[in-house]
Amino acid sequence: MSLPLEDLAGRARPVTLAGRRMLPVPEPLAELFPGGGMRRGSMVTVDSISGTTSLALALVAAASQAGSWAAAVGSWSAELGLVAAAELGVCLERFTLVPDAGSHWPAVMATLLDAVDVVLIGGTAPVRAVDARRLAARARERGTVLIVLGSCWPERTDMRLTVTAARWRGVGQGCGHLQARQVEVVATGRGAASRRRATRLWLPGEHGRVEAVEAVGGEPGDVVPADPATSADPATILAG
Amino acid sequence: MAGRTLVVWCPDWAVTAAGFPASEPVAVFHANRVVTCSEAARAQGVRSGQRRREAQGRCPELTVVAQDPGRDARAFEPVVAAAETFTPWAEVIRPGVVAFATRGPARYFGGDEALATQVIATVDRAFAAGCRAGVAEGRFAAELAARATGATARTRVVPAGEGAAFLAPFPVQTLDQPELVDLLIRLGIRTLGGLAALPADAVLARFGTPGALAHRRARGLDERPLLARTPPPELAVTAELDPPVEQVETAAFTAKSLADELHRRLSGLGLACTRLGIEAETEHGEHLVRLWRHDGALTAAAIADRVRWQLEGWWSTGAPTAGLTLLRLVPDEVKPDQGSQLGLWGGSAAADERAARAMARIQGLLGPAAVATGVVGGGRDPAGQARLVPWGDPRQPALPDGARAGSPPSLPMRRTAGPAAGEAPPWPGRTPPPSPAVVHRGPAEVVDRFGQPVTVTARGELSAPPAWVNTAGSPVEVVAWTGPWPLEERWWDPAGRRRRARFQVCLADGRAQMLALESRRWWVEATYD
Repeated sequence: MSLPLEDLAGRARPVTLAGRRMLPVPEPLAELFPGGGMRRGSMVTVDSISGTTSLALALVAAASQAGSWAAAVGSWSAELGLVAAAELGVCLERFTLVPDAGSHWPAVMATLLDAVDVVLIGGTAPVRAVDARRLAARARERGTVLIVLGSCWPERTDMRLTVTAARWRGVGQGCGHLQARQVEVVATGRGAASRRRATRLWLPGEHGRVEAVEAVGGEPGDVVPADPATSADPATILAG
Repeated sequence: MAGRTLVVWCPDWAVTAAGFPASEPVAVFHANRVVTCSEAARAQGVRSGQRRREAQGRCPELTVVAQDPGRDARAFEPVVAAAETFTPWAEVIRPGVVAFATRGPARYFGGDEALATQVIATVDRAFAAGCRAGVAEGRFAAELAARATGATARTRVVPAGEGAAFLAPFPVQTLDQPELVDLLIRLGIRTLGGLAALPADAVLARFGTPGALAHRRARGLDERPLLARTPPPELAVTAELDPPVEQVETAAFTAKSLADELHRRLSGLGLACTRLGIEAETEHGEHLVRLWRHDGALTAAAIADRVRWQLEGWWSTGAPTAGLTLLRLVPDEVKPDQGSQLGLWGGSAAADERAARAMARIQGLLGPAAVATGVVGGGRDPAGQARLVPWGDPRQPALPDGARAGSPPSLPMRRTAGPAAGEAPPWPGRTPPPSPAVVHRGPAEVVDRFGQPVTVTARGELSAPPAWVNTAGSPVEVVAWTGPWPLEERWWDPAGRRRRARFQVCLADGRAQMLALESRRWWVEATYD
């Protein structure tokens, strides 16, 4: 077991301020967060017409690769595209799903908040305010990040991420295949996150990962197959 | 060396059991063939295996009785009871033959001869049937000894060490293994002595296990030692709860000591438990069982936790309607304990352990299948590639995957070279990444710009470009589309055969979906959310 020295020093340090303890997010998403990552104990809502699932999975990816555990609760996890999750960088061994918690979901949530670093909840019935407050307090106390998909949470959360624009690239009229989607993500929130931040990124990019817009190139909203010269892309076989 | 064995043999038992004396001509039939006949019938030429007509031809006054193994066994019970007055270890070989080891009783009664006489007398008193007794090494030799007696000398004792010599003149037919006997006779081996003279390893090599068994018998050894097996030690631990326990706390306290006890037993044998059965019984006679699986070894604390969670789970669902009267822990699957090592700095191993405990706890609440992790394997569509594995089960994909290990994505229609021998399949026709983030299946309607349903011919030609897609009540315009990608899977398998044409569409509201046309119906297969 070889640990980087600063990581070891971080673990040996006696006290860390809660605000300094961050869960990493993928590089292109970092500028949406005040500290460059998800603050432990905070709550994030992801809610938009399209792109909710990808964005929520992308938020988990970096922390998951760094060894954190994540859990998904609620019916959204039953329909979750696990292949897409793996492509976005979520480590599936440390990503557990509890699709049908039924009436026990508050107990399940409480258990998960104690044990894992990120809990995603979505697709449940509207949460009662009393449950919401209790779970939020527990998340704060344990330093777990709670990500809420959709609008089932009754209270305002620390941050809210919304996909405001999305354009797919790679499909024409009867040719090509879906290659990448350029999205604009807007983050609003309270406290340190109260300043509105926005970024454009590929979600997903060409290989299914989340990428900064410069990394892939091309104008937003191109609905054309990829340049045949740059890659031996199979889409050209279809297109030509 | 086989132990000295006494066999009590009642001649023509089926006839005796049917209630006829040996002096009457009686034959027991099964499927129109003689199974057993009385002494009187045998004297007139009736033999086992004869047809009924033939037997009646030789002995016109023959009484015909149908075979009834149940009757034979019932009638034999008094004989067994009589034998059991000598030893508690009497073994019924079949109705008509009972055997027991003479080691204890023979010393008590003053030798094998005296014991055999005593047994005959006792059995006669219980059930006058003219039984015979034989004593020899091993059951097989003892039974032959009993059969070798006559009406006058009803016992036969083969002295110790002379078993093989006693057996040698008997024909091989006494082995009761028709196929083997047939072969032995054709090879010129007609007596047990001839068989016993062959080297044991050569017999095993030529005739296999049945031959080796027969060889052991012919040498006067018992056949059983070949199947030597140490019975598995009893590992389950049980606690009876009196008075019945109504509270989780109290039961959990008992569970803790049970877990310690179980763990002590297991570690004493160098074993670790990977699957644990938790059983409980209630005052109302309910029997609750749940199996728990764990990848690593379960420690005493982990066992106690699981029992506690399971009890909480049962109580929260109201399964036990009364107090618990019994709690049992059964190690369902054990393996040699190889131990596990935590990381030096706590590190991820501690976090993993914490997460694992939480998952196990939720399983206790909701059932083992409620917590799962995903595994991505091979396959051609997003739903088939991923598989949910219940927490604690081995993470194996449903289908093997060769393409995922860094090779370029394959597109439908692209021809790839066949995989090398032993390589995992490449799944041509797999949709390229990015994969859809939501995998669901629902009916859809797809129409062209004139409102006509879009179809695909058998040759994969599209009737018209799709213009509108309706999945949730209101039609949405298609801004870009691609397809059809024909996919014919498992054409050789009538049950698993699927023939589809797949499409990707971008809709005016920003969504992108994968659609499929299968048996003239449109489906949404996934959404690129």
